[in-house]
Amino acid sequence: MFSYCLRRTLAAVPVMVVVALFVFLLLRLSPGDPAAIIAGDMATPEQLDRIRETLGLNQPIYIQFFHWSGELLRGDFGTSLMSNLPVTQLMAQRLEPTVSLALLSIALSVVVAVPMGVIAAWKHGSLIDNAIMSLSVLGFSVPVFVTGYILIKIFAIDLGWLPVQGFKRISQDGFGPFIQHAILPALMLSTIYIALIARMTRASMLDVLGEDYIRTAHAKGASEKRVLFKHALRNAGVPILEVIGTGFALMITGVVVTESVFNIPGLGRLTVDAILSRDYPVIQGLILVTSGVYVLINLAIDLSYALLDPRIRYQ
Amino acid sequence: MSDDVIHSGSASALVLDIRGLQVATQSSPAKPILKGIDFAIAPGETLCLVGESGSGKSVTSLAVMGLLPKGSLKATGGRIELEGDSLLEVSSTRLRDLRASRMAMIFQEPMTALNPLMRVGEQIEEVLIMHQKGLSSAQRRERVLEMLDQVQLPDIERVFDSWPHQLSGGQRQRIMIAMALILEPKLLIADEPTTALDVTTQKQILKLIKALQERHGTSVLFITHDMGVVADIADRVCVMRHGEVVETQPIEELLRRPRTDYTRQLLTAVPSLRPRAARAVTDREIVLEAIELEKRYGERSAWARWTGKATSQTLAASDIDFALTRGRTLGIVGESGSGKSTVARCVMRMIEPTGGGVRVMGKDIASLGRAALKPHRKRIQMIFQDPFRSLNPRLKIATSLVEGPVNYGTSREEALAKAAELLALVGLPKDALDRYPHQFSGGQRQRIAIARALAMEPDVLVADEAVSALDVSVQAQVLELLDDLQRRLGIAVLFITHDLRVAAQICDEVMVMQKGVVVEYGPAERVLGSPEHSYTRSLMLAAPGRHWDFSEFRPLDRVFEETSTATSTAIIYQ
Repeated sequence: MFSYCLRRTLAAVPVMVVVALFVFLLLRLSPGDPAAIIAGDMATPEQLDRIRETLGLNQPIYIQFFHWSGELLRGDFGTSLMSNLPVTQLMAQRLEPTVSLALLSIALSVVVAVPMGVIAAWKHGSLIDNAIMSLSVLGFSVPVFVTGYILIKIFAIDLGWLPVQGFKRISQDGFGPFIQHAILPALMLSTIYIALIARMTRASMLDVLGEDYIRTAHAKGASEKRVLFKHALRNAGVPILEVIGTGFALMITGVVVTESVFNIPGLGRLTVDAILSRDYPVIQGLILVTSGVYVLINLAIDLSYALLDPRIRYQ
Repeated sequence: MSDDVIHSGSASALVLDIRGLQVATQSSPAKPILKGIDFAIAPGETLCLVGESGSGKSVTSLAVMGLLPKGSLKATGGRIELEGDSLLEVSSTRLRDLRASRMAMIFQEPMTALNPLMRVGEQIEEVLIMHQKGLSSAQRRERVLEMLDQVQLPDIERVFDSWPHQLSGGQRQRIMIAMALILEPKLLIADEPTTALDVTTQKQILKLIKALQERHGTSVLFITHDMGVVADIADRVCVMRHGEVVETQPIEELLRRPRTDYTRQLLTAVPSLRPRAARAVTDREIVLEAIELEKRYGERSAWARWTGKATSQTLAASDIDFALTRGRTLGIVGESGSGKSTVARCVMRMIEPTGGGVRVMGKDIASLGRAALKPHRKRIQMIFQDPFRSLNPRLKIATSLVEGPVNYGTSREEALAKAAELLALVGLPKDALDRYPHQFSGGQRQRIAIARALAMEPDVLVADEAVSALDVSVQAQVLELLDDLQRRLGIAVLFITHDLRVAAQICDEVMVMQKGVVVEYGPAERVLGSPEHSYTRSLMLAAPGRHWDFSEFRPLDRVFEETSTATSTAIIYQ
């Protein structure tokens, strides 16, 4: 078990190194001169040179890379070209709204989708199954901004139960106001994941329900509930976890639309702003952080497989 | 007759009484699967339900347990009485209560019948959690350990905490038996419980079921297709075919005086354990030869090297020497893990041997590269075990048959003409060419697989358990076909099997393997008739129904028995 965890964890290190190299090269080699952008249209060549020098843009590219990676390791992601604030500080401000929203959405998705999938598989071919599957097709096909505006119209404008826009942090304003502001965006974000996870749960459960050990459980006189949740769901767990994990990672990067619709100061909006203004250090920091989140989530999924399945644990 | 006696005699004492049971598919139109079957089991009795695939024997057992697959099969008529409870009428709650406590079931495939994510002890304990709510967890553990001891598992504390994948097939079946019998049910349904096991393990499991049956007074409904097993364990036998009971008789009566033609056919098709004499040698040309062939598995991985862990190399086969001459059949027999399939795959060069040589028509192919190997590939062709998976379901039979020859430069027209001839040769109609595999039965598919192998005009056929998945009557036909082809085409056959009866009927020479090495090699008549090695002897002793000559409807007059020298060795393999 320990050696499995250690191996998985070590395997994540080279991935991050390659990501760092890729991030660095991608932006340095793309067209457009950041110095020219910062200086504006009226800048003289001397001014440009001075800017390049202070930013280190005139050094050979590999020196820039080593310098940059060294800084990274010390936790210094550089300074934003636009706002002159440290990138870490910029991202830290935006991290909480995005991560808390993503966590709430994924929790919501799992709580709704897994039972839906289990019931659909259990009542396979019935009216309930068909209804759940039709709903999930709907969840896939309606664009998130449509669901978003419909939710706002109903719950915020017509009923007036919830605020239309804005965001409150758990760390500053407490859990109540957070939920009040986050529940609509979370609902909007989770529709597609509910559809995805419900479908995966159903398919995986259907596979498992045909297994011999399910028949054994029935032959023991186990109740339907026990067979479904104690025997089948855990065995169906690996593909479901996989979807949940990837879903969560996608969510971190895919919240741009939601953050725009609900005017939430999160990472998604920071990303859009940074790209539009070619704010290299911020873009790099964002890509690194999101890739890091991806890698960590994948690691977490791998490790949870081992918790779930003894056959992986003792490999 | 006897069935009637039991019915009229003491109907109240019956454990299980099935009358006019009908089961049909829930499709429209409904297709009948069981067409009104009757049988009964008295306390302590073992009733064997025998029949070929599609006879409805497993459906019968599932109907009793109330485990018919929902939405596809449904009981449509008749009664099933279990000690006064009418199983088709009771509520689902009552049915759940009866399962495990009054009737329990063990299944064919012990490898998949246990939940891989639960410790085996907990899986047995679950029965107590559900049916004996008053027990404390310490009491439950106590009961489970006692049961593990009864099914003769070693080191029961450790087994309790094991995961299913850490146990062997035989051990898992013992766990299933412990789970089934822990509440002392009146009826145990065993659906082919030993079919997936090696013969020596099968013998132990059958013995265990018998012992526990006597100890607890359990009635057993034993479902099997193996007449040998039937002869060893049954009190009475109920023969089924196409969803109907053909006849029910006490075992001795059935084996000696079968009343129906169908039972007679079934018995006649059981291959005899007495080896046939080797055919006269007509051709001394060696077509296939293995010289000190060896296959090792498990390389040192980078991780193992880095952590300094010991390497775990497995010798799957070592020091294999044999020579096969034209027109002969060499059998490789052994239990699972003996290395017999490894040898076949090395000979086919489907895997790389790690040492020694393989000569096909005198040419060593063991170390040839992909391109150099190609001309030799066509000389040696293979027939696989499962005819349902060895033909591509999306290809017409014609496409499957011409693919090989076309790869070797034959024109398509010529290959097609040849394919039609081959189909006739294996006894299939010409129009089979334009059909798809799903339109054929298992036996027909195996004929197609043979035709496909023959299309390459090979010198050697490798048959890896090629008849093991077939019903006995079909098995007999396919074996006959192989024999016939061999006589006509002079082809040599390397026949891999775990079934000593089949080996005795088809092989000229037999090579017995155990744990990757050859323990005995010689003419079939000698090796299977008077085995010298203790392992071969233990295999022969474990063969079910070995005291009975099925096709002659009488016991064998000369049975291979444990001799004084064999006793000591037999213990080793227990």
